[in-house]
Amino acid sequence: MIPGTFAYHRPTTIDSAVALLIELGEDARPLAGGHSLIPLMKTRLASPEHLVDLTGIDGLNGIERSDGDVVIGAMTTQHSLIGSSLLSELVPIVRETSLRIADPQIRYKGTLGGNCANGDPGNDMPALMQCLNARYVLTGNEGPREVAARDFYLGAYETALAAGEILTAVRIPIPAPGHGYAYEKLKRKVGDYATAAAAVMITMAGDTCTSASIGLTNVAETPLWAEEAGRLLVGTKLDEGSIASAVAAAEAITDPASDMRGPADYRTKMAGVMLRRALERARSRAKA
Amino acid sequence: MNEQVKIDLDRAERAEKLQGMGCKRKRVEDIRFTQGKGSYVDDLKLPGMVFGDFVRSPHAHARIVSIDTSRAKALPGVIAVLTAADLKPLGLHYMPTLAGDVQAVLAEEKVLFQNQEVAFVIAEDRYIASDATELVDVEYEALPCIVDPFRSMLPDAPILREDIKDKMTGAHGPRKHPNHIFEWQIGDKQATDDVFAKADVTIKEMLVDHRTHPSPLETCQSVASFDKVKGELTLWGTFQAPHVIRTVVSLISGLPEHKIHVIAPDIGGGFGNKVGAYAGYVCSVVGSIVLGVPVKWVEDRMENLSTTSFARDYHMTTELAATKEGKIVGMRVHVLADHGAFDACADPSKWPAGFMNICTGSYDIPVAHLVVDGVYTNKASGGVAYRCSFRVTEAVFAIERAIEVLAQKLGMDSAELRMKNFIRAEQFPYQSALGWEYDSGNYHVAMQKAMDTIGYRQLRAEQAEKREAFKRGETRELMGIGISFFTEIVGAGPAKNCDILGVAMFDSAEIRIHPTGSVIARMGTKSQGQGHETTYAQIIATELGIPADDIMIEEGNTDTAPYGLGTYGSRSTPVAGAATAVAARKIKAKAQMIAAHMLEVHEGDLEWDIDRFRVKGLPEKFKTMKEIAWSAYNAPPPNMEPGLEAVNYYEPPNMTYPFGAYFCIMDIDVDTGVAKTRRFYALDDCGTRINPMIIEGQVHGGLTEAFACAMGQEIRYDEMGNVMGASFMDFFLPTAVETPKWETDFTVTPSPHHPIGAKGVGESPHVGGVPCFSNAVNDAYAFLGAGNIQMPHDAWRLWKVGERLGLHA
Repeated sequence: MIPGTFAYHRPTTIDSAVALLIELGEDARPLAGGHSLIPLMKTRLASPEHLVDLTGIDGLNGIERSDGDVVIGAMTTQHSLIGSSLLSELVPIVRETSLRIADPQIRYKGTLGGNCANGDPGNDMPALMQCLNARYVLTGNEGPREVAARDFYLGAYETALAAGEILTAVRIPIPAPGHGYAYEKLKRKVGDYATAAAAVMITMAGDTCTSASIGLTNVAETPLWAEEAGRLLVGTKLDEGSIASAVAAAEAITDPASDMRGPADYRTKMAGVMLRRALERARSRAKA
Repeated sequence: MNEQVKIDLDRAERAEKLQGMGCKRKRVEDIRFTQGKGSYVDDLKLPGMVFGDFVRSPHAHARIVSIDTSRAKALPGVIAVLTAADLKPLGLHYMPTLAGDVQAVLAEEKVLFQNQEVAFVIAEDRYIASDATELVDVEYEALPCIVDPFRSMLPDAPILREDIKDKMTGAHGPRKHPNHIFEWQIGDKQATDDVFAKADVTIKEMLVDHRTHPSPLETCQSVASFDKVKGELTLWGTFQAPHVIRTVVSLISGLPEHKIHVIAPDIGGGFGNKVGAYAGYVCSVVGSIVLGVPVKWVEDRMENLSTTSFARDYHMTTELAATKEGKIVGMRVHVLADHGAFDACADPSKWPAGFMNICTGSYDIPVAHLVVDGVYTNKASGGVAYRCSFRVTEAVFAIERAIEVLAQKLGMDSAELRMKNFIRAEQFPYQSALGWEYDSGNYHVAMQKAMDTIGYRQLRAEQAEKREAFKRGETRELMGIGISFFTEIVGAGPAKNCDILGVAMFDSAEIRIHPTGSVIARMGTKSQGQGHETTYAQIIATELGIPADDIMIEEGNTDTAPYGLGTYGSRSTPVAGAATAVAARKIKAKAQMIAAHMLEVHEGDLEWDIDRFRVKGLPEKFKTMKEIAWSAYNAPPPNMEPGLEAVNYYEPPNMTYPFGAYFCIMDIDVDTGVAKTRRFYALDDCGTRINPMIIEGQVHGGLTEAFACAMGQEIRYDEMGNVMGASFMDFFLPTAVETPKWETDFTVTPSPHHPIGAKGVGESPHVGGVPCFSNAVNDAYAFLGAGNIQMPHDAWRLWKVGERLGLHA
């Protein structure tokens, strides 16, 4: 668990960071909190020759309201997400999810941008961002562009980031007031990846569901936005029959690996159980 | 205030000042540990020190076609690359194991498990060493491997140990197959078979105590420094038994023992993992002898979990025979023991299966028969006692699970079944059917106290209601009540049956009182977190009337400590603790003579009073131990040698037999398989209690490791022999969040043969805890007809049980 040799760079502007990444090419990796990348390096599953640390760049931190979005700087730590009153008020599911990530020590270092950009299927934020229909701001030498979280993940550790691009901010559309939400995560212990997890956002009108969005964590090579499962709930009273069909639709799109967390069939079923429980909690929170 | 009250108060105050036995004294070592001031092997920095790292096999079983070290040697900073070819001329490519086998230091012709050591790279820094391991080119020819021990002795099984394939007699008798290590039998087979043939009721269950790892937080490591001028070797390392390491190093290196200085500094947990000798130790020594500079080797986490000693992997076919009223009349056990690629179990030499023959447990079972077959597989070697005396966790698991299976078959409450079969208080000392003499116990009292405290009857009533509610579909939770009543066997041991490589398993203490009345004491044991610096001082404090704070305890330096066999198998208190009391009593006897001289009375006119000798009937005429110490050096009685010190090498007359009653209340979510421990109650009887707070801490630690083992911790292999999950990302090491809350309790039944009546406690909670958790899980599903559910009980496996029983919609 000794990493290979690498050079360390600490640019102070986005432009210089982008320039470095372009110049160094595939041998370079941006470094945010490091809690996914460094363990990979220590086991030599990743051996980048250059690390471009984004910590010294101003303007990548912070949470603010902008038009209809909450905009979160990529280097904002999980700890800051948890402490944000703006997020707690407008998008409380972010706080709920952050609190289920690792432990306080790691949350002091781990960032939203790193969690989203790394493409690790075990990370929690990607499925949540898909559930929330967030957009990622990717900055390269042509300036910033936006890509929807739902279009960003191509495979395990494969994303829509182009060479030299850095994920600099996340834009979350502010959900309707009174929405119901829940993030349910099954894990073996603190610090473990999810066996399966489900993010749920719903709105209710009376006892009828008017919108539903579902994200699933760590049950495929990428995070999953369970579009069909969400659609099956809209217009229903979230009765047992419609929940069962949504759960079945969500389970149908999973393709988990068998690992020490359990065999694939178990993990698929746990995605269903987590979804069912998240739906129950989201409904109890929704204000009609 | 009347005179008597004043005297009593004065005595109480003096006694309290000593912080002797029975005092909840805070751990003195924690002052440095909690401030980051501990000094571990990896803290050692020596001038010119270089670093070693291993090239390891990716295959579980393969022939080595060639090893090319040229690219590695060409890397700047690389000093040397050792292979078996370098060690062979020195006779060091194999080393002896504690179990009478040999173990490859660096693989010669074949590798026998994944991550086996193939070459040792020495470089100027740790990073270069690691880089260079990737530049050693090893060509392998993969061979079919054996992962399942039940396949080891099949006629067409590949032969694993070609180095000993023609040697059909091993260290423990004849071998039935080239992959067979030993067969060990004990008990009366004929009488046992007869009892089974006639019994009203019998049960038979295959109980697996699966492979896991002790996983101390500090991994195994060493620094070797050879002084070419003096011809002396200093070896710092993570050694639970530093003197034994010194003797072994002397025997295999040919260096005279007095020129070897073995030092075990602070150790960050051992749990059996640091008893054996490892390739890294040997390679650091060879490296230092060859290069003349200090060589450091520090295992990383994955290496620790996948190569240095594992624990368990016992497959135990367990049978009980009983009358229809529930009196157990016989026990029969066959164990298939998977020892991995080399037999590197750390047991006393005459005990190839450790003390597995304690498997009759706490019960008066008239006849029993035990057979253990050890086999080789393509897995890492070991078989150490993970926080237990040798194979005692396995033994207790077998009997305590079997009792539950029998209770179910009889339709009897398992607590009642235990009560019915316990060895009765008046039967001690008790001769067990498999050869042990239990020293003392009071099992009925302990069990009753435990049942009353947790409210056992009410819990069963609640469980009955919950089961009905589950059947009606009103809850998705199952409630399990786990019971275990264990008897440990610790404190190895009497020389007649306990030795390690011929060295009898005594232990030692050397106590020296300085002229001003403070003390240094040294022992042959070695704390890895047990708190020896605190507790040994408390024994001396009570024995000699010197405050524990004035007593320094030192261990681990073989130049200064008396020879001892080290710390494992809960032997420190039973053996070195006894040596400490005996040495203290020798000092006290001399002190009494000195006091008599000082007070000008006859020795027989004196009596001991907490911290002083006083004249009988004249309590105002006394000499404190402190005053006596000064006189011992400066004004001893005529013809008496000055000084005040003693040493004792203690050979225990018997083992000690701690016991306890544990209860676990568990709620299991059938839809996820997640088990939550609602309550865990542990009553321990470890005889005389030296420090109740340390006992409580030991019980908490042992229970936490028991929880881990039962509920998910494992070293698993796929069918290709790839080790799975050998990092803390996957290996279940519970954090404070997952760990249940522990309730502790006790009874006190002193050991009749131990000088202070103490029995040892560090491992009891593990031994008793593992079956207790497993019994809770099994109990939860029992009413649904689940049959035996094997460990580990992680969520997915319990969910699979639910799946099998059709509990999921």
